Amino acid sequence: MRQEQHLVIIGNGIAGVTLAQHVRRHSACRITLISAESATHFPRTALMYVYMGHMRFQDIVPYEDWYWTEQELELVHDYVEQVDTAKKTLSLRSGASLSYDVLVLATGSSAAFYNWPGQHLKGVQGLVTLQDLELMEQNTQGIKQAVVVGGGLIGIEMAEMLKSRNIGVTMLVRDKLYWQNVLPLEEAQMITDHIRSHGIELLLQEELQEILADEHGAARAILTRSGKEISCQFVGITTGVKPNVAFLQDSGIDTDKGVLVNEYFETNQPDVYAISDCAQFRNPAPGNPTMEQLWYTARLHAEALAATLLGKRTAYERGPWFNSAKFLDIEYQTYGFVPARFKEEQESLYWQNDEATKAIRLVYDKNTHLLLGINLLGIRYRHDLCHHWLKQGYTLDQVMQELPAVNFDPEFFQRYEQELLNQYYTRFPEQAPPVHQNTWWQLRKRFGLLSDSASC
Amino acid sequence: MQTTTTTLAPPTQQFSKTAGLLLISLGLLGVLVAAVGAQAVSPVLTGGGGMLVFTLGSLLYIWQSRQGKALSEQNNQVWRQDATARGASAWVIGFVLTGFYVLLYWFPETLQGLVQAVEPFSQWLRNRPADQWFLYGTFYTLAVLIMGVFALLKYRSSRYHIIRTISVMFFQLGFAFLLPGLLLLLNKPEFYFSYFWPLKYDYLFPSTVGYLVQDGAALGVFMVFWGAVLSFLATPVLTYFYGKRWYCSWVCGCGGLAETAGDPYRHLSDKSRSAWRWEVAILYPILGFVIITTLALWVNSWSEGKLLGDLSGGFASTYGFFIGAIFSGVVGVGFYPIMGNRVWCRFGCPMAAYLGLLQKHFSRFRITTNGGQCISCGNCSTYCEMGIDVRWYAQQGEPIIRASCVGCGICAHVCPRGVLKLENGPREHRYAATPLIKRDDLQILS
Repeated sequence: MRQEQHLVIIGNGIAGVTLAQHVRRHSACRITLISAESATHFPRTALMYVYMGHMRFQDIVPYEDWYWTEQELELVHDYVEQVDTAKKTLSLRSGASLSYDVLVLATGSSAAFYNWPGQHLKGVQGLVTLQDLELMEQNTQGIKQAVVVGGGLIGIEMAEMLKSRNIGVTMLVRDKLYWQNVLPLEEAQMITDHIRSHGIELLLQEELQEILADEHGAARAILTRSGKEISCQFVGITTGVKPNVAFLQDSGIDTDKGVLVNEYFETNQPDVYAISDCAQFRNPAPGNPTMEQLWYTARLHAEALAATLLGKRTAYERGPWFNSAKFLDIEYQTYGFVPARFKEEQESLYWQNDEATKAIRLVYDKNTHLLLGINLLGIRYRHDLCHHWLKQGYTLDQVMQELPAVNFDPEFFQRYEQELLNQYYTRFPEQAPPVHQNTWWQLRKRFGLLSDSASC
Repeated sequence: MQTTTTTLAPPTQQFSKTAGLLLISLGLLGVLVAAVGAQAVSPVLTGGGGMLVFTLGSLLYIWQSRQGKALSEQNNQVWRQDATARGASAWVIGFVLTGFYVLLYWFPETLQGLVQAVEPFSQWLRNRPADQWFLYGTFYTLAVLIMGVFALLKYRSSRYHIIRTISVMFFQLGFAFLLPGLLLLLNKPEFYFSYFWPLKYDYLFPSTVGYLVQDGAALGVFMVFWGAVLSFLATPVLTYFYGKRWYCSWVCGCGGLAETAGDPYRHLSDKSRSAWRWEVAILYPILGFVIITTLALWVNSWSEGKLLGDLSGGFASTYGFFIGAIFSGVVGVGFYPIMGNRVWCRFGCPMAAYLGLLQKHFSRFRITTNGGQCISCGNCSTYCEMGIDVRWYAQQGEPIIRASCVGCGICAHVCPRGVLKLENGPREHRYAATPLIKRDDLQILS
């Protein structure tokens, strides 16, 4: 980006803001962030904590106003009605127009509804945006009973939010267990039990058929596919998200579900890019999805595109997968690839505690013993070291040599790595336990798993 | 494998909570009667009994309200409840606490009824009459113990917090209350082994040293020796290995009160950059003031007053008034419900300034950020009682190394993704960040 150029980013979520920050570090170009949702950047992962009263909205905002002024990042709180790629201008809802040299679409996504009868009734909503949060605040005033449709990550967040206001919650989950399309059986069972122990009712293998109205046009009950009627005054729809691309209809930018991009996030139009939730890869790398709609991938997309915009054309390579979440009291971390159902050649070491609140799973390939992925419930591992293992193609035996160094739980907490080591050396008696255990600090130094401010 | 931890209170729990509140009210009434009606009824009965009933009621209420809440529910509605969100009741509590400090420091005769209430206790413990400071010590210790139970229940899922909370309760009860009383009982100088210069600034003043050595004989010499060793040897060594936390959130009485009675107010600290600027501008000059005063008093003592006259004494009493009384007591505790529980520790404590310099430049302690896992939610910053914007570092994958961090560990506890870990490690590459986030090198201050 040359100094006289104007970079316009539509969307001030983590993707747009990360991009702006990285470009600003190396370029004095003009940068504008446009958002209709909020005047300043906020993390949508934190919206639930505002509802539950852990924080106020101003507490979740990561940067004070001085930051934007000092970094010379212009913020525009407006909605982009139209993109004219020929003239390189945007028309805003306020009537103003803005011209760009480079345009980045980071418009994110919104809750997906699947044409259920009654889905437009009052009291029926998703939870993605700040406006959704405000609506939920209104919709749940004084109510007694709610239904959450969908057994995913936003679903459990919504259930936890509702419980914090003493609202009864029933969750409709399509699978036999909560999040079973992602978690292996044992983990899914543990989380399913945990959710129930918190007084949330789980209806498994159930789907939404219809939402029934009262005389004021508000939701009064739902009907499940099996014909069960559940009385409720609120219906949370958490069955997925869809990219915000409707406003691009006549722009000449190719879209499918999302904005179609190559591995450089380039669209079919010159100087127009799209990243994060709203982008859809034309040709994703084998085994990778066409769309990545996570906080972490949004940041990674932005980092890759920033390099391209700064003159070093960089193809996006995600690297080993990781994700995290929290199911009420139980934290979840995953590294690499842990399939919900194992293929013939996949096997794992699995341990869980008697109370069923903690679990560790290491998945490996039976033939090559290569580490494939790690699932953790109620236990924290070091991201840097897990990433290193996966990236370097460690075998399970190599992992065992370094296992105690990976734990990230607080001081004085009980450690469980020995349980896995015991399992491993019972299963593979021909392998010898390591003579010497390296600490995390030794491994970090040896593998160079650090970046000093000066070097990056 | 089902345990029920529903948030809807069952009737018995509601009953116990109400009973607890009733006992708390009766206890407060008793204390009030002792304060104003000492002529009519024995203040020992109403005041002492009131304190006992208040303690029982508080424990019952705390037990019932915390035990039924799961780990993830402990901070529910904190910012929506009057008492913890600077509402009307928060102001009332703030004014009452502030008023109590004003009476304690400047009008102690108004507290005579309450002092009489603890008279038998004082006689039993110390074999001497109670005074307002003994009353204050009793209240203070009770607050740490009762609210220590609150903290133990609230953070019961974490062994770090259980051990740390027991530690502050132990040091307050043992080292800051019973042991000084015991020393008096044995006719020895009253001495607090858990406070050192520069927090207990007068412990290294020539007058105190002279008094201890003269009055306490061998034990007095030991006390002077203890104070000097803790200030100049143990403090740097322990801070090198563990950071400032070994003192501020494990031993110190001010920290003990903040971590227990002050815990419900920790989110009220100001996280803005301007607050940080105020902190630096106030805290270090206070440390400088203590150092200058101490040196001046020694120069004066050696020159037998010829060199500085009473200037150094004036320095010392000015410090005692503004910092010792107004800042640490009136503002430091009285403003808990408005400004958070570490106002004194953050803006005023010379010991914190000293420990902070050591922690920042000469320690193995840091809070590590776990790779690229931060989701910028802001729970860490919100619940940081020292007003550190923890998230600023976490979202860039950097370790948090700040002079003001007292190592309470609550940021790591409230993080919904388990991203933070307090740990001691080699000083080499101490500031190094994760390679998994490309960072923005902007610094907030220095």
